[in-house]
Amino acid sequence: MASPEPSRRTGTDLVKRGLAEMLRGGVIMDVVTPDQAKVAEDAGAVAVMALERVPADIRREGGVARMSDPALIEGIKAVVTIPVMAKARIGHFAEAQVLEALGVDYVDESEVLTPADEAHHIDKWAFTVPFVCGATNLGEALRRVSEGAAMIRSKGEAGTGDIKEAVRHLRSILGDIRKITQADSAEIYQWAKELQAPVGLVQELAETGKMPVPLFCAGGIATPADAALVMQLGAEACFVGSGIFKSSDPPRFARAIVEATTHYKDAQMVAKVSRGLGEAMRGEEVSTVETRLSERGW
Amino acid sequence: MHESYGSKVGILALQGAVREHAQVLSGLGVEPIEVRTPADLESVGMLVLPGGESTTMSVLVQTSDLLAPLTDRLRGGMPAFGTCAGMILLASEVLDGRPDQRTLRAIDIAVRRNAFGRQVDSFETDLEVDGLEEPFHAVFIRAPVVERVGPDVEVLASLPGRDDPDGRPQPVLCRRGPVLVAAFHPELSADPRLHELFLRGAGSPIQSCTGATGAQRAER
Repeated sequence: MASPEPSRRTGTDLVKRGLAEMLRGGVIMDVVTPDQAKVAEDAGAVAVMALERVPADIRREGGVARMSDPALIEGIKAVVTIPVMAKARIGHFAEAQVLEALGVDYVDESEVLTPADEAHHIDKWAFTVPFVCGATNLGEALRRVSEGAAMIRSKGEAGTGDIKEAVRHLRSILGDIRKITQADSAEIYQWAKELQAPVGLVQELAETGKMPVPLFCAGGIATPADAALVMQLGAEACFVGSGIFKSSDPPRFARAIVEATTHYKDAQMVAKVSRGLGEAMRGEEVSTVETRLSERGW
Repeated sequence: MHESYGSKVGILALQGAVREHAQVLSGLGVEPIEVRTPADLESVGMLVLPGGESTTMSVLVQTSDLLAPLTDRLRGGMPAFGTCAGMILLASEVLDGRPDQRTLRAIDIAVRRNAFGRQVDSFETDLEVDGLEEPFHAVFIRAPVVERVGPDVEVLASLPGRDDPDGRPQPVLCRRGPVLVAAFHPELSADPRLHELFLRGAGSPIQSCTGATGAQRAER
């Protein structure tokens, strides 16, 4: 006789944030084909982001960037055992519903795609699937958490291969967290007002000294040393978009960035994996790009 | 106890929920050491293998030159506690894994990866555990289950409603000597009882117990 089914709760905060915790110290790689997904998994990626074009190509080709074709996402899901993420446009909850129906493991409400709503983000509490959102500063990060994001990634400037925006955003978020831990109870209210963030979340932050959800880094990581840099600054994992498959030797770059993310404090190890790696993605200096993707989101 | 390595507790820190395990252990008065290199491994007497992605850890165990020393230490009886991906790494057989996935074969079980489906099927539930008076609140995230246990393996908890072909609930918490494995994430539950169980099984002193523990007494 079958034993009785106990009560099981799905889609809880703990379950959503828990998956993000499990990805810590890892590398999430953008892939556009099942073959690339295999390369990513072979190299030790903790997850892949399934999309039709990497940010560098979205930037070059222009046009409206939307959710990927479900057939592409399913094709990638079929060949890897690691979690598969996919992007929905900012505010486009119907795209997110489709991604949830497809069984993706994480939805990225992403500024890399063309926003669908100029004022509202998706109400992420309404979903069982967890969400990751980008942020350039602490206020933006906490607003996304208040809407139900279970993971935050600093935005950086996707598709440039230029790390300086990622560094700026990480320093801004983590620097403000350090200041808030020194604030007295009256100053907490001022911080909430300045950040345009819920006071409850600011209070929680003051007590714990860390974001309520994991903080990962995205947008501009192109080398193992870039990964070591953002991890030392306080990122808990790396998203690498164009940096791997726009390099001269994607399997080696992928493996090297994975190893550098794990051994980020060990300069000998970062040196070892960086040696003779070939050419990193060519990239574009941020000040020369026309569209700042990181300015999307509110 | 392995006197040559002392009683220090290590956490395999290649990737995953290292911080959560460290917090639970700190609450028990144990200051764990993060293990990323063979030298780190030399300095610890027992090891926690955290949740994370098992394929990633399997790659990193090899690239970090840890596969041989870990296998040797485990064969020599090093106590180990593996949760989720950590359980997969310690198992003797992985079903639905990658063909090249390396495991450490410290406990004779066959483990099926992602046995419950995708992330939307991840869940929390209360679990009856042998030896614990109150149920343990367990968090299963893209979790594996145990499909076969060897003759010397004890099953400490099974998941009702998740039955094998003979109608028996499938195991999710198993022990062989000083090796303890869980399909779920005790490091996320803010409940130290399974970490205590591991430390006791490993003969380690736990500060929260009053007075000297068995291990401390034995050393005197």
